[in-house]
Amino acid sequence: MSKDKFTILKSTAVPLPVENIDTDQIIPARFLKATTREGFGDNLFRDWRYSSGDEPIAGFVLNNPAYSGKILVGGKNFGCGSSREHAAWAIYDYGFRVVVSSFFADIFKNNALNNAVLPVVVSDKFLQSLLAAIQKNSKTEVTVDLINQQISVDGKSEKFEINAYKKECLINGYDDIDYLLNLNKEVREFDLTH
Amino acid sequence: MSEKKPKTIFEKIWDAHVVKRAEGYPDALFIDRHYIHEVTSPQAFDGLRKRGIKVFNVNRTTATADHNVPTKDQHLPIKEALSRHQVETLRKNCKEFGVELYDLGHPFQGIVHIIGPELGLTQPGMTMVCGDSHTSTHGAFGSVAFGIGTSEVEQVLATQCILQYKPKTMKIEINGKLGKGVVSKDIILYIISKISASGATGFFVEYAGDAIRNLSMEARMTICNMSIEMGARGGLIAPDETTFNYMKGRKFAPQGEAFDKAVEIWKQLPSDEGAVYDTILKYDAADIAPMITYGTNPGMGMKVTDRIPNVEELKEINEQVSFKKSLDYMGLEPGSALLGKAVDYVFIGSCTNARIEDLRLVASIVKGKKKAPNVEVWVIPGSKQVEAQALKEGLNKVFEEAGFELRGPGCSACLGMNEDKVPPGKYCISTSNRNFEGRQGPKSRTFLASPLSAAVAAITGKVTDVREFI
Repeated sequence: MSKDKFTILKSTAVPLPVENIDTDQIIPARFLKATTREGFGDNLFRDWRYSSGDEPIAGFVLNNPAYSGKILVGGKNFGCGSSREHAAWAIYDYGFRVVVSSFFADIFKNNALNNAVLPVVVSDKFLQSLLAAIQKNSKTEVTVDLINQQISVDGKSEKFEINAYKKECLINGYDDIDYLLNLNKEVREFDLTH
Repeated sequence: MSEKKPKTIFEKIWDAHVVKRAEGYPDALFIDRHYIHEVTSPQAFDGLRKRGIKVFNVNRTTATADHNVPTKDQHLPIKEALSRHQVETLRKNCKEFGVELYDLGHPFQGIVHIIGPELGLTQPGMTMVCGDSHTSTHGAFGSVAFGIGTSEVEQVLATQCILQYKPKTMKIEINGKLGKGVVSKDIILYIISKISASGATGFFVEYAGDAIRNLSMEARMTICNMSIEMGARGGLIAPDETTFNYMKGRKFAPQGEAFDKAVEIWKQLPSDEGAVYDTILKYDAADIAPMITYGTNPGMGMKVTDRIPNVEELKEINEQVSFKKSLDYMGLEPGSALLGKAVDYVFIGSCTNARIEDLRLVASIVKGKKKAPNVEVWVIPGSKQVEAQALKEGLNKVFEEAGFELRGPGCSACLGMNEDKVPPGKYCISTSNRNFEGRQGPKSRTFLASPLSAAVAAITGKVTDVREFI
């Protein structure tokens, strides 16, 4: 099924410099009861964003009117823990299309890529300068160029890695099932012998 | 004559399941066994309906309801509307697509990672996936098992394959004799505390060494279960006589002659001599003590007699900030000890530690004793079969006399999706796998530990060194 196509994104960014952000923080388990993919954005980072009385917590960045944009910048080991794809759905539903970190957990990375959210892995050094730039001026624009695999901010740029297949999927809006369904004949043989 | 390149068990299984390998593409990997549950499957079935396709082979997928089910009054309709809807959706989907479902009340129902092995669905040499990160549990049988997201659940339902890059390999060897009061949960908490919550990201781990070999299947499952807590794609243990003995006679295991034939094939699985790993780590079993976590990720663990590190012991400023945030959440001071810290709840359950052996360990500690008045103790068996066995052995009486509450099977307070939640600010010593903020309920605080350590804390009402108790 076709998804959003991604080539280049210019946007302001939201800083969340916490390490080991697990998917329970991104979307707590009690919000996993829905049977559709939509609507999870309202509960993105629910327990960091709202008090137990559902009041917005002033200190949390998503409640800070100065920050908005389609790029989320997180600390090391972003997306660890539970395999819940709801975390990627919540990030997408909220409006983010890119997450930048120096290190992503494997399952989250796959889930993001399967939902038109680009995980951009940068060096620790670049991450620090990116965070410094957006914390200094929330209007700072960040450019993520998937075609050239480059992220830029304040005149500084860094190349990022993405495998060729996933890049092709994101650029064209393809998903893995389209690819796998074409292998049906070979898989039938495996099914008989395994 | 060219000699064959020695392979690890992981490489043998992976390579035998590659349907297609193409330059620049991930491998299309055939999946032998697929488990599903109510939380991560509804959107996948919707995807099939939208595409107008069926499940590729219904015999390779098994469903159960576990994450979102009540552990009390399981015979009654689920009270909470959204949970009920999710379980009903699973029923509807399984019926429509022809997938076997072990529903609430069925004698095989239980936590997906507990029922697969006990039914013999999990077998050596298989590739296995489930929309749940603790799928690594099944690696204990010498299978390549890993957690996936819902889009991937849809892939597997539709095509019996998954597109995956082959991870790197890591061997973790534990040799020597385990000390008194040290069980498999302590081994894995020890490893994670050494290499951190991201220390094995990008790797598939093989656990080896005589301390691992000497473990029962149940204990091996506990270790493989928590592989994901150090970021590993999965973790496995080569099959051996312990594995074959466990498999024999299980409902869906090969029977009779077919079993003997299967064992001959399974015996070929262990890593070849000279097989190369990307990383090898070695630890001495004698250095492992009863462990406990103090922070908000499973890497923040220590020997129960240790002190929490001081902030200055951490090198980087970002690490220090996250560390302080974590201890603030836990209401703990850097440099302080946990021994003697009062706990409010004790949770014995989850896919990590809710097998019959775990319940026996707990019963061995509490038999003839009473829980401390300040704690509430929940014992949640991993499956209907575990529950039935516990009743048969009279463990229910031991728990009852101790003042513990034995409930019906499910994931329960491991992730607090159902009503079983630890209240805000309260401390829970838990045999589960994650101490994340809010994991066991909003603002709950979790200490991860072994069933032995949890049992002893239930009796004393505080964090206690189990070695002083046995």
